[in-house]
This record gives sequence, C-alpha cells and structure tokens, in this order.
Amino acid sequence: MTEYVVRFFLGGLVVSAFAMLGDVLRPKSFAGLFGAAPSIALATLAIALYRHGPGYAALQARSMMLGAIALALYSVVACQLLVRLRLRAVAATSLSLIVWLIASLGLLLLVGGAT
Amino acid sequence: MIPIRFAPSSLREGRWYEYVIRFALGGAATVFAGLISSWYGASAGGLFLAFPAIFCASATLIENHEVRRKRRAGLAGKRRGQEAAALDAAGAALGGIGLLAFAAVFFLVVEDSIWAAFAGALIAWVIVSVAAWYGRRTWRFVRVAWH
Repeated sequence: MTEYVVRFFLGGLVVSAFAMLGDVLRPKSFAGLFGAAPSIALATLAIALYRHGPGYAALQARSMMLGAIALALYSVVACQLLVRLRLRAVAATSLSLIVWLIASLGLLLLVGGAT
Repeated sequence: MIPIRFAPSSLREGRWYEYVIRFALGGAATVFAGLISSWYGASAGGLFLAFPAIFCASATLIENHEVRRKRRAGLAGKRRGQEAAALDAAGAALGGIGLLAFAAVFFLVVEDSIWAAFAGALIAWVIVSVAAWYGRRTWRFVRVAWH
C-alpha cells in the first residue's frame, strides 16, 4: 500500500513539474514536446530499480520504446482530429487513446514481449 | 536563431483546481503503470510508461485558456482553442520520438550504471526532441519559401 502512495505522490509531482515547464514555454508547438515528457517513466523506473533491480527496469524500458512509438502515433491522430474534424480537445484526445492502445499492444505482440 | 522563450505569466491563467487535476491524473497514471506491471509483467507495464494520460488534461487546459483569452477580447475563440491544442499535439508527436530515445538509452545503459542511465536518457530525450522540433520547423519554412 505504501508503495502505491509513494507512486501516486512521486508521479503527480514529476508530471506536474514537466507540465508547468510546458505551460511557461513558447511557441506552443515547442511546449508540446513536454506533453511527451518522460514524467511517468522517471517515477516508475526509479521505483522499479529500488524494488526489483536493473534487469526489471531494463525490461520496462524496452517495452516503453513501443509505447513511445504509439504515443507519437496517438499525437498525430489527435492533431488531425482537432484540425480536420474540428473536435473539442477532450473528445479528440480521448478518442485517440484507442489508437494508442491498439498500436502499443499490437507492437508488443509483434515483437513478442511476454514477460 | 531558435525563438524559444519563457512566458511565466501564463501560469496565472490557470485555476487552482486545474493543477490539482493534473497532479491527480499524473499520480493515478503512475499507480496504474505499477499495477499493470504487477498484474501482467514488466513488458506490459513498460508500455504504460509512455501512456498519454495527462495529455488529455493538458490539451483541454490549453484549449480552455485560449477560449477564455479570446472571450475577454469579445470573440468566440472555439476555433483558436482547437488550433492551440492541435499545435500542442503536433509538438507531442515530436516529443514521442524523444521519448523513444529516452527509453532506448535507459534500456542500453541501466545494467551498467543507474545514474548514467537516468542522465543519459534525459539528455537523449532533450537532444532528440529539440532536434526533431527544430528540423520540422526548418522544413516547414523551406517548404513555404519554395511555394
């Protein structure tokens, strides 16, 4: 239980720090880079190293590469939904989550990550 | 020259509950990634280290701020809000390439040195993200000048 409380506060803190950095940077397309900052990764990998060691963290980082490809795809789709279909941000970004899920799980199955 | 600048005044546009929501979503996404790892293993959990959980909140925040700003000027601002959120998403797509570099460097280095893995991965994220953004920006200028 304590581990998940630490996860929550550490994750919230790192995510907020990167998001605020993105808020104060201009132009907006540059600030958008912080939408893909390794905030959840920093907190999770630090805890994984502490609890399970480098081998486990390396395994997580390997799959994270696939998640990052899916994130880039997700962002392109969200951008297109906003520009072409003129959806509201909440609708475009929520709908695009389906793309992230399909892409990331599809890539994981493709490379055969099972552990 | 790269026209990157700080605009600290934009922090004042945010409402306190918007920052609380972002903190809570960030915390929840980190807990979720941990739960997936313990239920389905490190490989499946690793995917969620690049989960765009807070992107929804950030894009909505950017859209709302832009709409509010335009409304103060007597305009509807809906379209401008969508464009601002789309620009943020375009940046995040390039940031995704940087995130890929972060994960690759961490994966390659972590079993040799933990500190070098974190430092190297963060440096790789910054260099690759900024280079991708700058490359795209230059390409757009060249394309506009050509036409």
